[in-house]
Amino acid sequence: MTISLIMFLGFVAFTLLITFWAAKRNTGASAYFAAGRSITGWQNGLAVAGDYMSAASFLGISGMICFSGYDGFMYSVGFLVAYITVLLVVAEPLRNAGKYTMADLLAYRLKPRPVRAMASLSTLTVSTFYMIAQMVGAGVIIKRLIGLDFAPAVIGVGVLMLVYVVFGGMLATTWVQIIKALLLMAGAILLSYLVLQFHDFSFTNFFNAVSKADYAGTAEPKNLLEPGLKFGVAVAGPWGPLDLVSLGLGLVLGTAGLPHILVRFYTVPDAKTARASVVWAMAIIGLFYIMTTFFGFGAATIVKKALILTADGKPDTNMVAPILAQVLGGELFFAFISAVAFATILAVVAGLTMSASASFAHDFFSNVIHHGKENRPGEEVKVARITAFVVGAVSIGIAIYLGPSVNAAFLVGLAFAVAASANLPVIVFSVFWKRFNTTGAVAGLATGLTSAIVLILLSPNGIFGKAGAPFPLENPGIVSIPLGFLAAYLGTILTQRDLEAESKFAELTVRAHTGLGSEKATQH
Amino acid sequence: MNENKSPVNWERLEAKPEFRALIRSKARFIICATVFFMSYYLALPILVGYFPALMKTKVWGEVNLAYIFALSQFFMAWIMAFVYVRVASRWDKSAASVISDQA
Repeated sequence: MTISLIMFLGFVAFTLLITFWAAKRNTGASAYFAAGRSITGWQNGLAVAGDYMSAASFLGISGMICFSGYDGFMYSVGFLVAYITVLLVVAEPLRNAGKYTMADLLAYRLKPRPVRAMASLSTLTVSTFYMIAQMVGAGVIIKRLIGLDFAPAVIGVGVLMLVYVVFGGMLATTWVQIIKALLLMAGAILLSYLVLQFHDFSFTNFFNAVSKADYAGTAEPKNLLEPGLKFGVAVAGPWGPLDLVSLGLGLVLGTAGLPHILVRFYTVPDAKTARASVVWAMAIIGLFYIMTTFFGFGAATIVKKALILTADGKPDTNMVAPILAQVLGGELFFAFISAVAFATILAVVAGLTMSASASFAHDFFSNVIHHGKENRPGEEVKVARITAFVVGAVSIGIAIYLGPSVNAAFLVGLAFAVAASANLPVIVFSVFWKRFNTTGAVAGLATGLTSAIVLILLSPNGIFGKAGAPFPLENPGIVSIPLGFLAAYLGTILTQRDLEAESKFAELTVRAHTGLGSEKATQH
Repeated sequence: MNENKSPVNWERLEAKPEFRALIRSKARFIICATVFFMSYYLALPILVGYFPALMKTKVWGEVNLAYIFALSQFFMAWIMAFVYVRVASRWDKSAASVISDQA
């Protein structure tokens, strides 16, 4: 307990030092929102990985693989393959044609006010759902790890994240994410090493043990390598397989629409560095998710069932990785893994707050309300800081109100579904389709956003519960993503051609594909 | 006429044959690559979901087809990234030559 606390405090003190250092370098909007575009390829790659691998990834997936075996591993696969979409379609045009937010790319040739207002709404929705999930997770985990109660734990995380974002801006957020990514990789490698050591460094022994794990939510041994323990027809009913396909679609297309990932590409000097940073991120994220094989399956072969149950006898999926660390490496390693989990949550919520406040300040305040003119220098940054404060306070409030029992995976699923259904169609069309117009963009964003939310509310996770759900799938992607694309397409072809938008397509294409006239790095 | 003072003529750049060729080459690669990786990726949940018996076939010891196919997705992603970076560095050269008279 005390070692955990010391490690927590050590991490907090170190990151506050970074914030102090970053705060002194925050001069102007480009420095605050985009770290002066001075982050290098490998640094941004680590930061993307740090921004992406949330507590849900580390704690959630290891728990899911331990309990659901192979089906849990499907998340790991989707989380990496998603980066091909980011690499091929989104990262470089976004860096070349934008400034601070996703909406910059959309507003380039379309009417800025309606498009930015909708894009900002979608960004705030995705970020808020994602953040509440992280906050709830944080509260639960910190309670288990250092015994702090749920509400004070959530408030503590919220206040720390606000300090990073409000004072340190994107530069501090970036370095918190880089350090977190390094810590998380160190923890994952060590954990995997200890699991393999337990099985005498023999893959045959390891997979043999996994195939007769005595722990899969039942008392009889189960072969965890076999698919179907979560989405199979026997477990999930006739819709299970389609739900799995829908989940895969949402994961692989959602990442390229997550605002907190997209804004990371503005922090590098040019599109070539943005590309390099995706490749770095893919190397790190891929290695990490392959290692989930070892500590996820490994936990099922090593940790005794009784250790991973909550007080009321239900499986506590979030505690699998820390308990595995405790069994294999003792108190010190448990403390380290706990501190890593804590760092993970802080880095992700800081990234989310950063992108939400940038979108509100830049898209909504400066461009929708003030028509793109800044009345006083520094006003945009000031508004962003105030927004960060409000977003943080609201998320803390909602997280405490919902309490520890809310389903965090439900909220993250919602965020991915909205990102894939609302944001991705309009990004793709605005870069690749000349005829695309403002009505199409607004229709695509609005339809994607509402269809994803409505379908989740009607799903077995939603308001009608498992039995009475009118929509049989937990993951809405397979319906809501095509709806988002369809609405963007129909909204465009059913309305008048926008000749101004079409004439600016030449400029956008040249900018997006050559980088001519893109935002430059600030010189220090 | 002073080149530096006039704003960039985007239409002229966009109409350049070199730029058209660059866009065509990019579109061809991105569309082919997207069709390939989406098919390869979506084959996994479809096969695992609808043909579980086939995917449970053991390949190496206890390791089954489902696990091998899932693992291969990681290598597919890394190889795609590697190929993309190689191809994109060629595009960088063409892009630079398109805008070379703008510097």
